[in-house]
Amino acid sequence: MTQITVTVDGVKYVDQVEPRLLLVHYLREFVGKTGTPVGCDTSNCGACTVLMDGQSVKSCSVLAVQADGSDVTTIEGLANGELHPVQRAFHAEHALQCGYCTPGMILAATDLLRDNPHPTEEEIRDGLEGNLCRCTGYENIVRAVKRAAEAGVAP
Amino acid sequence: MTATTDAPAAQIGQARLRKEDAKLITGQTNWTDNIKLPGMLHIAFLRSPYAHAKITRVDVSAALEQPGVVAAFCGADFGAEQGSLPCAWPVTPDIVIPPHPPMAVDEVRYVGEVVAAVVARDRYAAADALNSIDVDYEPLPPVLDIRAALAEDSPRVHDAGNKSYEWVFANGDTDAAFRDAAVVVERDYRQQRLIPCAMEPRAVVAQWIADEVTLWSATQIPHVLRFALSAFFGIPEHNVRVIAPDVGGGFGSKLQVTAEEVLSVLIGRKIGKPVKWTESRTEGNLTVHHGRDQWQRIRIAADSDGRIRGLSVDLLADMGAYLMLVTPGVPLLGAFMFPAIYKMDAYSFRCTGIFTTKMPTDAYRGAGRPEATFAIERIMDELAVELGMEPLELRERNWIKHEEFPYTTICGLTYDSGNYEAATAKAKELFDYDGLREEQRQRNERGDKVRLGIGISTFTEMCGLAPSRVLGSLSYGAGGWEHASVRMLPTGKVEVVTGSSAHGQGHETAWSQIVADQLGVPFEDIRVLHGDTQISPKGMDTYGSRSLAVGGLAVVQACDKVVAKAKVIAAAMLEASADDLEFSAGRFAVKGDPEASKTIQEIALATFAAHALPDGIEPSLDSEATYDPDNFSFPHGTHLCATEVDTETGFVKIRSYVAVDDVGVVVNPLIVEGQVHGGIAQGIAQALYEEGVYDDEGNLITATLADYLVPSAADLPSYRTERTETRASNRLGVKGVGEAGTIASTPAVVNAIVDALRPFGVSDITMPCTPERVWRAIQSSATQSGGTA
Repeated sequence: MTQITVTVDGVKYVDQVEPRLLLVHYLREFVGKTGTPVGCDTSNCGACTVLMDGQSVKSCSVLAVQADGSDVTTIEGLANGELHPVQRAFHAEHALQCGYCTPGMILAATDLLRDNPHPTEEEIRDGLEGNLCRCTGYENIVRAVKRAAEAGVAP
Repeated sequence: MTATTDAPAAQIGQARLRKEDAKLITGQTNWTDNIKLPGMLHIAFLRSPYAHAKITRVDVSAALEQPGVVAAFCGADFGAEQGSLPCAWPVTPDIVIPPHPPMAVDEVRYVGEVVAAVVARDRYAAADALNSIDVDYEPLPPVLDIRAALAEDSPRVHDAGNKSYEWVFANGDTDAAFRDAAVVVERDYRQQRLIPCAMEPRAVVAQWIADEVTLWSATQIPHVLRFALSAFFGIPEHNVRVIAPDVGGGFGSKLQVTAEEVLSVLIGRKIGKPVKWTESRTEGNLTVHHGRDQWQRIRIAADSDGRIRGLSVDLLADMGAYLMLVTPGVPLLGAFMFPAIYKMDAYSFRCTGIFTTKMPTDAYRGAGRPEATFAIERIMDELAVELGMEPLELRERNWIKHEEFPYTTICGLTYDSGNYEAATAKAKELFDYDGLREEQRQRNERGDKVRLGIGISTFTEMCGLAPSRVLGSLSYGAGGWEHASVRMLPTGKVEVVTGSSAHGQGHETAWSQIVADQLGVPFEDIRVLHGDTQISPKGMDTYGSRSLAVGGLAVVQACDKVVAKAKVIAAAMLEASADDLEFSAGRFAVKGDPEASKTIQEIALATFAAHALPDGIEPSLDSEATYDPDNFSFPHGTHLCATEVDTETGFVKIRSYVAVDDVGVVVNPLIVEGQVHGGIAQGIAQALYEEGVYDDEGNLITATLADYLVPSAADLPSYRTERTETRASNRLGVKGVGEAGTIASTPAVVNAIVDALRPFGVSDITMPCTPERVWRAIQSSATQSGGTA
């Protein structure tokens, strides 16, 4: 067992974990952040995407011990009193159906817009290549990211 | 002001943003895997590494010694208790339905079949302990190719042989049609095996308290599942509660009674503790039922002017190792759709269901109809080439004209409405059909290395499953009705209970729009409840694009009953005759005296108080309704796809995609458009990317999302979607939209690729049309013809 200290959605946690524990299982089972789902076991789908120190990571591909000392933002901590512009845009553009990919997609889009506040359609599609959605055909996800870009996502 | 002028705008037709989204965009979801119960244990399943083998010994004793392990089981531990997983669709009287124990006992017949289970304190411990289970197998030869499986010397999947059934349908004199026709075209098409890949993996929680069990499952069918647990596994129905909490997509894959659900219930009962199982994606790819997997031989006969005389279809359908819930019926759903929108004199259909040592197939988005639509729309293009006709002109010559509806097809289906001319005209215009044909001509003329192809799909489908008596005539084991209830709460708010079980479709929003119009209450005042057999005790659930066309109509019928009850009470409150009242926009008013009126909310409160109800009127406005449709519904549309095919690399780029769909009256255009987008994407995925592949030993080599190519945003184009509208014959005029895009888009894409490569002599490419396959098709055609275009 290894002791880790991780800040998740603004709250500091200290836990003893097995070195093999995945960050996504730490978030879900230890911290109760079930808003972050698991969609695959090969880091292809991106459903488990969270922000670690501001950068998007697939939390199934990070060990909990690697997150020691980090600041993690999940979908549950993205809204700051009011919905984040990317969350609002996903609602407004009907960019989700079943919603299972949505937390990862929103966080990946947030990171994409931080890197590139005014992406072209092609840049959006390429930027979200690591996140799979089976419901929307991506059309409205692309529209939502454009809308969020127009609204401006800077805090 | 009169009641009419201050009436709220009709909700049906408005692009209301979804009620469902608030929790989904903030992570407040309740997926089955989120559930934690006190004392809950975790199940891990050991699965067969062989496609076909005798099990000679299973020893779980060492697993029991592992840390945190509470119990371990093999198939023999369940005895008769585990029964056989049900098949609800015995399509012929002599169909072979082999026993299908949830946990294999003496033989395994596909890689991934469950052979043992461990129950432990957490999921890591359970998975670790699987390594300690000892299983001795005696490998048997796999059966992998349905074209060879019926040969005398083929190894057998089951003792009864490899044929499950043969189902035939014929109408008209097909022999005469083919004998007399000027042109006959015959083709073999391959419907590759697909893996549904809903984003949420399956998960199950089972909890027994005394003799009652609650099963949470990521399922599309809580009601059917409850019935099945009772009818086939001996748990009294009134002791079973099934809950489908938030469910992350299904596409047919969660229309199933699974081994893992049944075993979780049985294991939970054995150990007296709540248990959870959550699959990994690899387990999912291996053991969530697969889709498609057919060989299609299709023949079409036509006069020299293009008029279709006859159509003949001979299918081989891969059932996989066992028949699951509706496995054998999937090809039948396609049987009636091969003639599609076309008139003809004769049609014959034969399907042979064949066992292999692979994961069973079953319903996957479209279920039978994408297969049929692909074959007919592909061969229409081939027939057009044979006749030297423009492919759209050939279609137009044969399709049912808008003034001919209602039209009874050669299959005996009565298409109630449609306008193929209107949808096609609109699609052609949006697509710039003539402009693209000209560009294609120019590229061909100058020998451009990137060729342009135009693909057409003028499709229809049957959905709104289904009139119960039709299902009965096809030997299906259940009805096709749907149930709803509407409860007027004392404060005027409304609860709507639906038997439909949404998993992404947006029923909470759409049903609220319907009820808002029917009862004249605000959209925001309505809550839709579903997915729990204790809250919604009756239902047939969600699949086959049935929810709106059946479930939505049940909601309307339940609203009617509320209004009828309220009218009697309103009459008493207004001291008028019920016959003199009009109901509009939530208000009962005396005809000719609009000032004398009561709102439905006022009536709800008065009914709750019950102080002054007329004699014999019970103090309730609540209602229940069960709706059984008279007919299927028949959405249709014209999809046009332009592809650019790089003849040097075989790479296909979709340049533009136009979809004009007629899904009848649209309740929520935002939701409809979303369904069309997602459907198109799934159909493109079949055309270009996805294939479930087994190797020569029967191992699934596409068991992860690294190997099975679910397309990303970067792999797919933008779609242009529009609609035309003809009303379906039901009261709302709605047809359904869940599968339309998937049914339409696959042939549109493949037709476009083949169209681009006609100058090279290419007349078919097997799906998925990967760059390698496209390149090879160009090369082999060039070799055969001794030159290049």
